[in-house]
Amino acid sequence: MTVASSSPPSRVPLRGVEGTETKPKVGKAREHVGRGDGALAALFIAPAMLGFLVFLLWPTLRGIWLSFTRFNLLTPAEWVGLDNYVRMVNDPIFWDSLTVTVEYVVINIGVQTVVALAIAVLLQRLTQSAVLRGLVLTPYLMSNVVAGLVWLWILDTQLGIGNEIITALGADRIPFLADETWAIPTIALINVWRHVGYTALLLFAGLQAIPSYLYEAAKVDGASEWRMFWRITMPLLRPVLAVVLIMTVIGSFQVFDTVAVTTAGGPANATNVLQYYIYGSAFGRFQFGYASAMSVALLVVLSAITVLQYRLTRAGQTDLG
Amino acid sequence: MRLRTLTALTGALALSLVTGCAKGGSTGASANTVTYWLWDANQLPAYQACAKGFEKENPGLRVKITQLGWSDYWTKLTAGFIAGTQPDVFTDHIQKFGQFADLKVLEPVDDLGIKDSDYQPGLAASWIGQDGHRYGAPKDWDTVALFYNEKMAQEAGLAADELNDLSWNPKDGGTFEKTIAHLTVDRNGKRGDEPGFDKNNVKVYGLATQGGGFGDGQTQWSPFTGSAGWSYTDKARWGTNYQYGSKTFQSVIKWYFGLAKKGYMAPFSDYNIQSNQGNTQIAAGKAAAVFDGAWMISTYTGFKGKDIKTALAPVGPTGKRATMMNGLADSISKGSKNKEDARKWVAYLASDACQTVVGKYGVVFPATPAGTEAAVAAYKKKGIDVSAFTDPVADKKNFRTFSYPITNYAADVTALMQPEMEAIYGQGKPVSSLEETNDQINLILGQ
Repeated sequence: MTVASSSPPSRVPLRGVEGTETKPKVGKAREHVGRGDGALAALFIAPAMLGFLVFLLWPTLRGIWLSFTRFNLLTPAEWVGLDNYVRMVNDPIFWDSLTVTVEYVVINIGVQTVVALAIAVLLQRLTQSAVLRGLVLTPYLMSNVVAGLVWLWILDTQLGIGNEIITALGADRIPFLADETWAIPTIALINVWRHVGYTALLLFAGLQAIPSYLYEAAKVDGASEWRMFWRITMPLLRPVLAVVLIMTVIGSFQVFDTVAVTTAGGPANATNVLQYYIYGSAFGRFQFGYASAMSVALLVVLSAITVLQYRLTRAGQTDLG
Repeated sequence: MRLRTLTALTGALALSLVTGCAKGGSTGASANTVTYWLWDANQLPAYQACAKGFEKENPGLRVKITQLGWSDYWTKLTAGFIAGTQPDVFTDHIQKFGQFADLKVLEPVDDLGIKDSDYQPGLAASWIGQDGHRYGAPKDWDTVALFYNEKMAQEAGLAADELNDLSWNPKDGGTFEKTIAHLTVDRNGKRGDEPGFDKNNVKVYGLATQGGGFGDGQTQWSPFTGSAGWSYTDKARWGTNYQYGSKTFQSVIKWYFGLAKKGYMAPFSDYNIQSNQGNTQIAAGKAAAVFDGAWMISTYTGFKGKDIKTALAPVGPTGKRATMMNGLADSISKGSKNKEDARKWVAYLASDACQTVVGKYGVVFPATPAGTEAAVAAYKKKGIDVSAFTDPVADKKNFRTFSYPITNYAADVTALMQPEMEAIYGQGKPVSSLEETNDQINLILGQ
């Protein structure tokens, strides 16, 4: 009761922020946030914080510690110093899987971003139809495993309907998922198919934030759609695009389920992406120490890429003056 | 007031999370229930019948059977060992035995009094660990033979007797290769042994692809490496040196995957462990024959509109035919909370009483001779001749049977051999590279 009664004074200015004032003095309101709200804030944060500590921070710290051990999960971990990291640096399969993963990410993100941007711009400039927007999202409603399985059957070299169509057209069958040159591009494109709608909608939301008067003014000045895209849309979409890129690149580096379902890392390790190699080392070979070391390496790579992307794309700033 | 409610709610949420996690640990095991896992859905009814017999003999005891698909089975079992939610008793495979012994998750069952002579030869001995203790009770066995499409064989003018009388060698492939070539038909209707055969446009392959075969080649190359006299390791069990680098092995592998280059066996790119295994290719009429195991008999004979028959594996350079003879066992988890009842159930599973009941279902060959007999009779009743699978076990003069390779670091061996064999088969990597892979494997084993 006492705590609750101490909060109203600080709520008053907050209410002002949400109210009818045209230019809310956010800074002033902040000054009023007293210690009484601190406890309440902490309480609101508590569930998320609990989740963060239990499911993120603790496993991460433990994972880093495990990367310095030999551990099979069932007997106590044994400290081995940098052994796992030395092994990783000398493991050709690790470097192979890193290369394969990068190849996947480049194709996946490259194609996905261009197509998603095209869809988003078309949605914004050409149609207001909510049905179309919904349709774009439909592949995303399917689970990755189901999408992977459906495409696996469609693209099967001998029995797939995809290859039946290809042969009916007079061409040779293509071993989409069974050939080392085709497998990674195929998996990358399967995931583009599934995620492109979602990415397009994120970009579409970003496009909605661009004031329409800019386009109107440009039209009055006689600018073409193409010019407007490069001079208005792209610069103003940049912060959103940057965030979307960071998110999708991180997600892309973590590709696992589609690989597990369609190729299981094969043929001859051609799709043995890093996550799959980590999984196999841990749950197939019980080398949890080594798997943890590779996970730490992945963490470092992802952190570096994120920082780099953030800086290069100036994701924190907008050009909307 | 509101804050208090919130505090209470948060507290309740946190508490439910913690207790929820704790509760997740139980698998519904109670003092009088034995939990049992198996992966083969075909066998579920047979073991349910067996459990009924057990419950009748042991009033008050119950057996709870769970069936999971092969991949999920091992993932869930591993997770169960870690979380303490493993079944009391589970179906065990030699491929995993070495690893489970390493991890110390199996309970010794020496006191069950399992005798070698009570089972088909070699089955009981496979389940003795390096420490001399027994970790499994023999459950069933399987061998490998050639399944073929009878109509396609007849169209090729091949009689059952001819298919049962094939021989091969790594130089010219012998009558086996000739037969496989003759069974192959290209898009223009030309057979593999006819002039003008187009190996790049094959309509029906003589031999289906079963993939690279990992490090065991059970249903791929093992009937050939076996009949060439080659063995996986230096010792039959718990060997310390693999022999994938040997010249014999290299020559057999070169010839075997060479069948695909000639267009007689489907290429590696036609294979997919999920969507297109050998049996699918036979069902789809894309291949005339395939090597497969006894556990697949009901699958092949169940294909509608196709008469699938079986033939013996061909005679090799040693003058003998060869097949892997693999046997499953029932093992008890070390973490089982109900070991006494688990022991009773395993003893019952390994007895004639249970194995004859299982045999009568005609889905698998039980490990005891009486169980095997019951299974043979049951297959016969269904009109299925299983002699291609049983002859190798009965006739030691003309057949060599060998067991699944059992060593430490089995998972690491597979992890190295799978891409190696796939690269030889799919990408034409030279077989001499097997020497390097074999060295790597032996280095791991020597740790």
